[in-house]
Amino acid sequence: MAEKEDVTEKWARIGMPEQEPDKRRENFEEVPLGYTPEMAVKEASRCLQCKSPSCVEGCPVEIDIPAFVQLIKEEKFDEAIKKIWEKNRLPAVCGRVCPQETQCEGRCVLGKKGRPIAIGNLERFAADLARREGIEDVSPKAEPSGKRVAIVGSGPAGLTVAADLLARGHQVTIFEALHKPGGVLVYGIPEFRLPKKIVADEIESLEKQGAEIMCNTVVGRTITIDELFDQGYDAIFVGVGAGLPRFMNIPGENLVGILSANEYLTRANLMKAYRFPEYDTPIPRGRNVVVIGAGNVAMDSARTAVRLGAETVRIVYRRSREEMPARAAEIHHAEEEGVELLLLTSPIRFLGDEEGRVAGMECIKMELGEPDASGRRRPIPIEGSEFEIVCDLVIIAIGTGANPLLTRSTEGLELNRWGYIEADPETGETSIEGVWAGGDIVTGSATVIEAMGAGRRAARSIHEHLTREGRSPESCGV
Amino acid sequence: MASGNVILNEIEAPLIAKKAKPGQFVILKAGERGERIPLTMAEADPERGTITVIYKVVGKSTELFKNLREGDSYQDAVGPLGQPTHLERVGNVTCVGGGTGVAVLYPITRGLKGAGNRVISIIGARTADRIILEEEMKSVSDELFVCTDDGSRGHHGFVTEILKKVLEEETLNLAVAVGPVLMMKLVSEMTRPYDVKTIVSLNPIMIDGTGMCGGCRVLVDGENKFACVDGPEFDGHKVDFDQLIQRLGAYESEERESSMAHRCRLDR
Repeated sequence: MAEKEDVTEKWARIGMPEQEPDKRRENFEEVPLGYTPEMAVKEASRCLQCKSPSCVEGCPVEIDIPAFVQLIKEEKFDEAIKKIWEKNRLPAVCGRVCPQETQCEGRCVLGKKGRPIAIGNLERFAADLARREGIEDVSPKAEPSGKRVAIVGSGPAGLTVAADLLARGHQVTIFEALHKPGGVLVYGIPEFRLPKKIVADEIESLEKQGAEIMCNTVVGRTITIDELFDQGYDAIFVGVGAGLPRFMNIPGENLVGILSANEYLTRANLMKAYRFPEYDTPIPRGRNVVVIGAGNVAMDSARTAVRLGAETVRIVYRRSREEMPARAAEIHHAEEEGVELLLLTSPIRFLGDEEGRVAGMECIKMELGEPDASGRRRPIPIEGSEFEIVCDLVIIAIGTGANPLLTRSTEGLELNRWGYIEADPETGETSIEGVWAGGDIVTGSATVIEAMGAGRRAARSIHEHLTREGRSPESCGV
Repeated sequence: MASGNVILNEIEAPLIAKKAKPGQFVILKAGERGERIPLTMAEADPERGTITVIYKVVGKSTELFKNLREGDSYQDAVGPLGQPTHLERVGNVTCVGGGTGVAVLYPITRGLKGAGNRVISIIGARTADRIILEEEMKSVSDELFVCTDDGSRGHHGFVTEILKKVLEEETLNLAVAVGPVLMMKLVSEMTRPYDVKTIVSLNPIMIDGTGMCGGCRVLVDGENKFACVDGPEFDGHKVDFDQLIQRLGAYESEERESSMAHRCRLDR
């Protein structure tokens, strides 16, 4: 996924300029620099304007992709962004973090022979231009419905529900447990991949549209679902996101210097620990860093460690390159920055020094056997292949479980056997009347855009619920 | 309140005050660049809409907290977090507290007394002027022993010396210990041969306090538990205190650096 111009193609995809690897290793600024208007128009003109566009089918929020691309081609940039806003309130975010290669771009007809049109880059271009030029969403709003909806969690799912319901005339209040809104966009995804200013701007724009945001409010502790209903909310959406980080349960895992990726990234991103001591929260700076796991979170952790001055950063993964769940672009960026991949390798135990700090890790080589339940070939340890590596910081990025805070304190909320909320995949309805759920708390770890898709479907269902039953038909605004 | 570096803050937080139960904690953050600091509450007054925390100034963050004046506000306060103390009538109970741990111990002691237990309390500090909440503890205990390391008040020595006597003379059904980790470890070791169930309240390093970061994991009976959602109270006979002590020291050098930088700026 090297974003370099490919001149061998008849239709050359326009790559996005990037900070050079040697330079970006030293800073937390964004890596891809964005298209110029000329680049955007040139790229947009590659679009075939298919009659029945498969790219739209690949988009969880069904953006009218050919339409906005055509508007960019015609240099009607403000109309292009308005076309995107019809379906997506967070385009500056999605243009950056969506896995387009498996979604819209993955379906692009151009991709069959050459490279698909750079839909993500174009979405980002339109969104950034709108931000720079202060273009605002002035699409007509529905009449106020008089209905109030509580949204629990201000991550991608919650923000999407808020935007969609505001547009339909409902009042929304977002409850956030942390001190800043944005969820994973703020605590999880690093600055160099998604500048926090962008997230803050998107949230500010929601507030301008009337969203109320209550930070430092843990639903399930500070206030319960029942109490929210008592306060007069007509519906509640639960999008509390990922929960307790998974550990490997191998000896030595609690040594000092072994952190979950959630902790490492939260320190760096939410608490701005990469600017310690200017900011008060510290972050361990390893010389030889190991990241266990190979998803996007692992790449984010490894690239953060590079920027914090590590001499070596190694990704340790028990399967092979083909099975790595991270986006190809993230793996490519990480390798460009000097991150090494230690594949077909699994940790067996951690070794500590006399002060209880991690000093090394014993690993075993793996080989791939028959496919397992996930359809991927099962890694099998190779007997006698144990070896040790030296490391002083280990980040464990092997996923998260369900957050138990809200679910444990809400009676009648049905959970599956892993503790995730049982919700209708089409509507997000839960076992409690008036409560919807979506995002990682329903599906387990997924992507930003999938959470947004769940938010979109839930908002539709909530709106139907609120305007049904003649509750106040004169004011429902449909 | 005690002199020197022990500070009491009564904080207006009506939503938290309404919900808070003994044993639960809040996370406080002084300003934009501040750390999130978990502190177990000493008091929650739903009528006044306030919560009270008592802490010892140990680094930059608590220094910032200390410098807040009446009427100032914390930028962020969130809670109540963690599981409340399980308060029931079990018979004879001893409540052991050291330093500012007594602040956390007080509402638990009051709850246990209120549940109908006979309560023998033992509190200690380095010196007499570091003893906190003595009157309050007295009012909710059937017996109260005070200890100081230097003998400036009460028993000259550690709380564990009094505990030893109590264990020899009484049949206890429950012990609760809150204070420095080493004290909680010693209390737990002492009660173990007497088979007295012992509850300790832990304060490991954590960031979010809502079950996300995993920084607060503690080995309990060989299994990882998260203090923020499973605790902060655990069975003292099952906690790996040595590992907890090591993990609490994870950022010692950074904490020194941060404090030094803060003081240098103040001195300028």
